[in-house]
Amino acid sequence: MNDDTIFREYRPSDAERSDRSAGDRLRHREKVRESIRENIADIIAEESIIGKNKDKVIKVPLRGIKEYRFIYGENTPGVGEGDGEARPGQVVGKTGKDGQGKGDGRAGDRPGVDYYETDVSLEELIEIMFEDLELPNLERRALREIPSDRSTKRKGYRHVGIRVRLDKRRTARQRVMRALATGRREDLAQVESTDENQGAAEEELQPQHAPGAVLQTLVKRRFPFHQDDLRYKHLETDIREDSNAVVICIMDTSGSMDTMKKYLARSFFFLLYQFISTRYRNVEIVFIGHHTEASEVTEEEFFHKGESGGTFISSGYQKALDIITERYHPSLWNIYAFHCSDGDNFDSDNPAALRTAKELAEICNLFGYGEIKPLGSRYYESSMLNVFRRLDEPNFQAVLIERKEDIWPSFKAFLSKDRVKE
Amino acid sequence: MANYEVSELVDWDNRIREKAAEFGLDWFPQEFEICDHNGMLGYMAYSGMPSHYPHWSFGKAYEKLKTLYDYGVNGLPYEMVINSNPAIAYLMRDNTLLLQILTIAHVYGHNDFFKNNFTFKSATRAELTIEFFKAHAMRVRRYMEDPSIGVEKVERILDAAHALSWQCRRNLAIRKLSHDEQVERAIEGAQPRPDPFQRLHGRPEFKEPETRKIPLEPDEDVLLFIRDHNPFLAEWEKDLLTIVDEETKFFLPMMETKIMNEGWASYWHKKIVEALDLEQGLRIEFIVRHNQVLRPMPGSINPYHVGFKIWEDLYRRHTEPTPDEIKKYGAPSKNGKDKLFEVREVERDTSFLRRYLTEELMREMDMFQYEPRGDELVIDKVSDEDGWKEIKETLIKSVGTGSIPVIKVEDSDFGHNRTLYLKHYHDGRDLLLEYAEKSLAFAYRLWGRECVLETSLQSKRSLLCYNERGFSMRALK
Repeated sequence: MNDDTIFREYRPSDAERSDRSAGDRLRHREKVRESIRENIADIIAEESIIGKNKDKVIKVPLRGIKEYRFIYGENTPGVGEGDGEARPGQVVGKTGKDGQGKGDGRAGDRPGVDYYETDVSLEELIEIMFEDLELPNLERRALREIPSDRSTKRKGYRHVGIRVRLDKRRTARQRVMRALATGRREDLAQVESTDENQGAAEEELQPQHAPGAVLQTLVKRRFPFHQDDLRYKHLETDIREDSNAVVICIMDTSGSMDTMKKYLARSFFFLLYQFISTRYRNVEIVFIGHHTEASEVTEEEFFHKGESGGTFISSGYQKALDIITERYHPSLWNIYAFHCSDGDNFDSDNPAALRTAKELAEICNLFGYGEIKPLGSRYYESSMLNVFRRLDEPNFQAVLIERKEDIWPSFKAFLSKDRVKE
Repeated sequence: MANYEVSELVDWDNRIREKAAEFGLDWFPQEFEICDHNGMLGYMAYSGMPSHYPHWSFGKAYEKLKTLYDYGVNGLPYEMVINSNPAIAYLMRDNTLLLQILTIAHVYGHNDFFKNNFTFKSATRAELTIEFFKAHAMRVRRYMEDPSIGVEKVERILDAAHALSWQCRRNLAIRKLSHDEQVERAIEGAQPRPDPFQRLHGRPEFKEPETRKIPLEPDEDVLLFIRDHNPFLAEWEKDLLTIVDEETKFFLPMMETKIMNEGWASYWHKKIVEALDLEQGLRIEFIVRHNQVLRPMPGSINPYHVGFKIWEDLYRRHTEPTPDEIKKYGAPSKNGKDKLFEVREVERDTSFLRRYLTEELMREMDMFQYEPRGDELVIDKVSDEDGWKEIKETLIKSVGTGSIPVIKVEDSDFGHNRTLYLKHYHDGRDLLLEYAEKSLAFAYRLWGRECVLETSLQSKRSLLCYNERGFSMRALK
């Protein structure tokens, strides 16, 4: 009365090949990254990531990507089976948050709150952070950027494409497949009969299928190509550029810069350096510390060595200018300079500072000044922000950082000043 | 790990089919595919379909299933069947011989149900299932590859369509009237009734029926309504809406018959396996496994258990009713087996529970109703003389599509502003506001103009609006 049942055996090779959800998992993962991006400001404010090395893996707790529908809310009663002891007033579970633990009865119609904890490497996180910026293309001068490596990668096949990328082999195969699928019985019979005729000699080589025979029949029947048969190779290009950049970190190391201020400055430099590294292949970094005099120092000294005394900001700028003239010619290097200070400059130095800042802004891609004033202190301390207001260069930006949450917004503001055109 | 050969399964399958035929089951040709846990997870994420259009939500489903499986929170089902002709079922490679036997018998139960139950017969065409999903997948992929459309745009539409997809007609066996038929019906309805005493009553005043409103009668197919009435949608966007709607309607019968279907399959796997005369070792394992599947889960509803109980009770009441039952329900009109086969054909979960879940059964299963009170779910009714009816109503409301709010399109030109007016038919259960807001935003995305939703929140009639300025909410008088 019924046809025979078919059992299809398990074949490990099939199982290995068929990872059908891979593409959708990838898209989901991208969505998760998007959600990381939305919370990026909070993540950046975490002290623990500043200054970690790149391979460090951090855990980021995330809310799952929700799939919204119209569903019933909290005041929905439900029905359950008991163990024979159910009495009114008995507590059988929790609402909302833990509703999921209740099994089939409710899980389906309740929104689950999925929390993922995703492992993200710092490098990935940095990448995500900077995707967020959507900067205008950074100004790049011809000599500063040389495409060093242009490669194309094959990436799958498409139904649509340009004619030169037509994959003839696949297209032909599609046509054969379609011919077989639409084949009229007599055609197939013909295929089989030709198959038998040739069979004796070729049997060992082609025991089952004879694509040659199918093709012959196709030629006889005239089975033209159809739009649906066309398969195109899909290529992706990958251009790598050789480009140089130097990040010049200038920091006030006078007595008034305490640990908190230095931490904020450090976070900022960290971001700047990471960002520049993603954009250029060859990045160098220069640290300049200054009080009344400036000197080039190592990273260790830069962040940890406290000095004392007053402040001449112009000395730091002058030092930066000297270093640029000496080692980093602006036609070959993209120069990013940033200065962090608490704004406590000697008044007599202000005109000099303004002049040197102008010079720096002229040769740098970007030049920024960050005034670090932990909350509350800005009202009774002098500020350089007023002085720099007079500096009218398109690629100069002065920002105020009061607490660690400000770092990311000010960093974005800083980068938005990047010169688009010369 | 497996203690069987495929050839053994073939032998068992022959014996099982022999028994199933003796019992009178009637099924589509069957195909079994043996797969490992990764394959199974893959099929689960895509509702069992060998091919399905891509969307990130399936990647999420896979990721979630896999996590739960890896951490041992959830096991995997023993089987999965899809209602196609031939029916395709997946068997887990690592299960023991007995589990495979049980599963095969269980699958024939489902297969019989798919072939005969009216919900499946009216909503799906089993012989086209696989091609249907494959064609959808190809269309969606093609839109994604099209340089003028691309993945992002396709996803934008799919995300929104998924949010509204369950807002569709519930009983597909009832034909939907076309607009013209609705107009006809409205005009007919407006005709005065024949009145033998008209001389005394006088001619009733004729009220012109409304025939210009669109939709004339509230329309439950929200996606299709948007597809047909938003002139700004491109053809491929309309096609995506069609695809999502068709797939939802394909799965609707599964949802509508969960308890019946699982109960039916469990009822027959028990009958069949018992009739197979297993050797003692296998028999003991069968009893253990069978009880694992059918054990009641305290605090919630196990559809296998509830369904099985009702089928068993139905059979017993029609073969050897107690005098009390004859007094209460009348003498059985059919013998037990005929009754079972009739019921499996013409009922779905709501009607099945309403007709055949008796007070005695509810008491035996100790069914109770719980309500949220503060942070806790508290039992407020148990199956005693006062409570059982209400519990039954609540249960019926929560099975199948009862767990989805009824929302209909009332007007497509509300306030002469092309605002889409949706109305939630409130039945005591409020919508979850956060989700309603986001879903309304998706409706706005598809409709392209303001969308409003009338609902009731904490017993106050409210109107939720979503337009170009975002979400807002106001009370209705």
